[in-house]
Amino acid sequence: MSLLEIEGLDLSIGDSRILKGVDLSVAPGEVMGLVGESGSGKSMTALTLMRLLPEAARVSGRVTFSGIDILAADEARMCALRGDDIGMVFQEPMTALNPVKSIGEQVAEGIRWHTGANRADAEARAKTILDRVGLPESRFPLSRYPHELSGGQRQRVVIAIACALKPKLLIADEPTTALDVMLQAQILELLRDLVDENRMGLLLISHDLAVVADMADRITIMRSGEVMEAGETARTLSEQLHPYTRQLALASMHVPERSKVHAANGPNLLEVQQLTRDYPSRRVSLFTPGEPTRAVDHVSFSMHAGQSMALVGRSGCGKSTLARMILALDRPTSGDISFRGMSLAGKSESELRVARRDMQVVFQDPYGSFDPRHRVERLVSEPLHLLYKRPTPTERREMVARALHEVGLGADDMHKYPHEFSGGQRQRISIARALITRPKLIIADEPVSALDVSIRAQILDLFAELNQRLGVAYLFITHDLTVARAITDDVMVMHEGKIVESGRTADVLDNPRSQAAKELVAAAPDLHRAIVRRLREEG
Amino acid sequence: MSDQLSITQDSFGSILARAFRSRSFVIGFILTAIVALMAGISFFWTPYDVTKLIVSDRMQPPSAAHWFGTDHFGRDNFSMIMVGARNSIAVALVAVGIGMGLGVPLGCWAAACGGWIDETLMRFNDLVFAFPALLSAVMITAIFGPGAINAIIAIGIFNIPVFARVARGGALSIWPREFILAARASGKGPMLITIEHVLPNIANLLLVQGTIQFALGILAEAGLSYVGLGAQPPMPSWGRMLFDAQTRMVVAPYLALFPGFAIVLTVLGLNLLGDGLSDTLDPKLRRQR
Repeated sequence: MSLLEIEGLDLSIGDSRILKGVDLSVAPGEVMGLVGESGSGKSMTALTLMRLLPEAARVSGRVTFSGIDILAADEARMCALRGDDIGMVFQEPMTALNPVKSIGEQVAEGIRWHTGANRADAEARAKTILDRVGLPESRFPLSRYPHELSGGQRQRVVIAIACALKPKLLIADEPTTALDVMLQAQILELLRDLVDENRMGLLLISHDLAVVADMADRITIMRSGEVMEAGETARTLSEQLHPYTRQLALASMHVPERSKVHAANGPNLLEVQQLTRDYPSRRVSLFTPGEPTRAVDHVSFSMHAGQSMALVGRSGCGKSTLARMILALDRPTSGDISFRGMSLAGKSESELRVARRDMQVVFQDPYGSFDPRHRVERLVSEPLHLLYKRPTPTERREMVARALHEVGLGADDMHKYPHEFSGGQRQRISIARALITRPKLIIADEPVSALDVSIRAQILDLFAELNQRLGVAYLFITHDLTVARAITDDVMVMHEGKIVESGRTADVLDNPRSQAAKELVAAAPDLHRAIVRRLREEG
Repeated sequence: MSDQLSITQDSFGSILARAFRSRSFVIGFILTAIVALMAGISFFWTPYDVTKLIVSDRMQPPSAAHWFGTDHFGRDNFSMIMVGARNSIAVALVAVGIGMGLGVPLGCWAAACGGWIDETLMRFNDLVFAFPALLSAVMITAIFGPGAINAIIAIGIFNIPVFARVARGGALSIWPREFILAARASGKGPMLITIEHVLPNIANLLLVQGTIQFALGILAEAGLSYVGLGAQPPMPSWGRMLFDAQTRMVVAPYLALFPGFAIVLTVLGLNLLGDGLSDTLDPKLRRQR
């Protein structure tokens, strides 16, 4: 008998139908993976179960949770269910916790509310569950505030709140998307253990097929509000009967075609020597400055023209700081960067213009990297500021049109505002902006991690094509090894500010030698491996 | 530069069109327009001359000849409110101008530089903030003598920290955004980035704060005039009219009522205008409308 049964769930807001006849069930102790791209209705399904939908939503169908008809239950009944029998874990651990309450209070709050326990009892239970999720009281007292914890620790607190009352069903909506691969692996393991211990049902919502393949017993694949395919994870993903399943699986493992490898010839494009960056930390007292934090520690490497290099590592290992220093947006404490034979250290902004023209950047967030008040024409033409001779408006328009054409957008798109584009299109605009000055090097900081898998495949293709056609060199900063594998020739593994390993991408990622690289490779979800493992388990 | 102007111009029309779909903007706009119109007309024509005292007509209740009645000197109340509107608007407008003109650059500068410049500027700001604005205005006008110009300066000075703080707060939330990094990677300096990226993105904050400060300026001017430190007679002003009406409240309540209403409706109108503007100016909300 299943714990949760959804039959023919329809949901519409205004005139648009968000969900169309969704069927889904979760048994006790089962992990159900709900996969789909953004806008497919995954989160709306979860919110329906909690009855936390927006006011305007109209719902029909049947949702039964351990014998209770959820859609007919009154608000008081739902309040008793939420947080007691159904727990929920959200994507963003930074905003899911109340910043002005200590973690102990936040965990105890739900316990007191639902069980009527007194403060002391509730705190004792809060202590137990926080200990269970890996935050023992000896190191993480209940009086800690969310801002004193890291992202992964906060997500543990969120899980502790959701699991404090041993719910029958836990809904986890993209629980690890905001975390790096190592933390992702830890959080997933924790969730799996909690499911096994309490015979809890887990509805795991994710866009990442590899994560779901690793975790879920059964899988439901959604697309624009409809269930495309559902069944046992291993079988569904290995047989790939439905075309959309195949499409998703292919996109997740997509490797762009790259025939030409730019050989090293001539002088190096970029040379980084003994680069170090210290950040001042909080003062110990008024007169004693704190010990500085070393974000980048004596890093040296070089890149040749047309080379595609990945810089991988956990979040907070100094990848982005290194990138900023190469882009001359941040000054190194010591060491030197030379780009096309010119040293960047200690140069004034006007002397840097030459270097800036040949070096551009693509950021992670396709939403934050554009000024919302400018049109695409102005956004894409921004780097033209660096040219010696300012182009006339007509020339400028032509250059923008050409850059947009190169990334697969039309010239008429230049009169639109960025919010009129989808995430993938915006990332194309971002690349167009980087290309317009014909740079020799593009530094891409997690350029595809905010995108859906099918869009990601397209953008990776675009990067590969531009590398082949224009000979642009890339430095890809990423925590996603699939991306590194797909598109780079060489890889550097960074750990606590140091480069611990580097070499050909395939060599390093298949046979990592350093401890940090080994951990990274082991933690990275891999669709192929997960399916093979599952099939073997089932025999 | 020319094509930059054309961009702002063509979007200005669409912003206005959208604004007129917001109820609070329309009400605010109508109220403000009435006051502005009265002030404008008063330059060319008023029903009666406000400097001429006709003692035989004194203390008339509202009638067809004198819409809002007459005061103890026989001056027409309606004409005085018209001229008073001109005075109030001028004082408030220039005061907001002073506040914006000095406060916004200071705030943007503080946000762009950070460090000790930011600290110094903002602590100085706090210092100015710490004085009760109206009391200090009373002090300034008391030292330099009462009059419209000194009232303007006094109110204007206390607008500076308000705008500096709003501009700095807004700018600080824009600076860490990735598009600023992209602009820096394009070799643009802090000055250019502030003009091109920061100001347009905090313009709505400033505009809304501007309408609020405008309303507060009108209130402050009325307050100063009420205690006799604003515009000097024979120049009529709303605050002075209230003061004059005070002793005759029981005999002729209409004398206090009309200037009181003028102040309330103008301030209300400006606040609604600011509200409506802030609703419409955000392009992120544009799609949802």
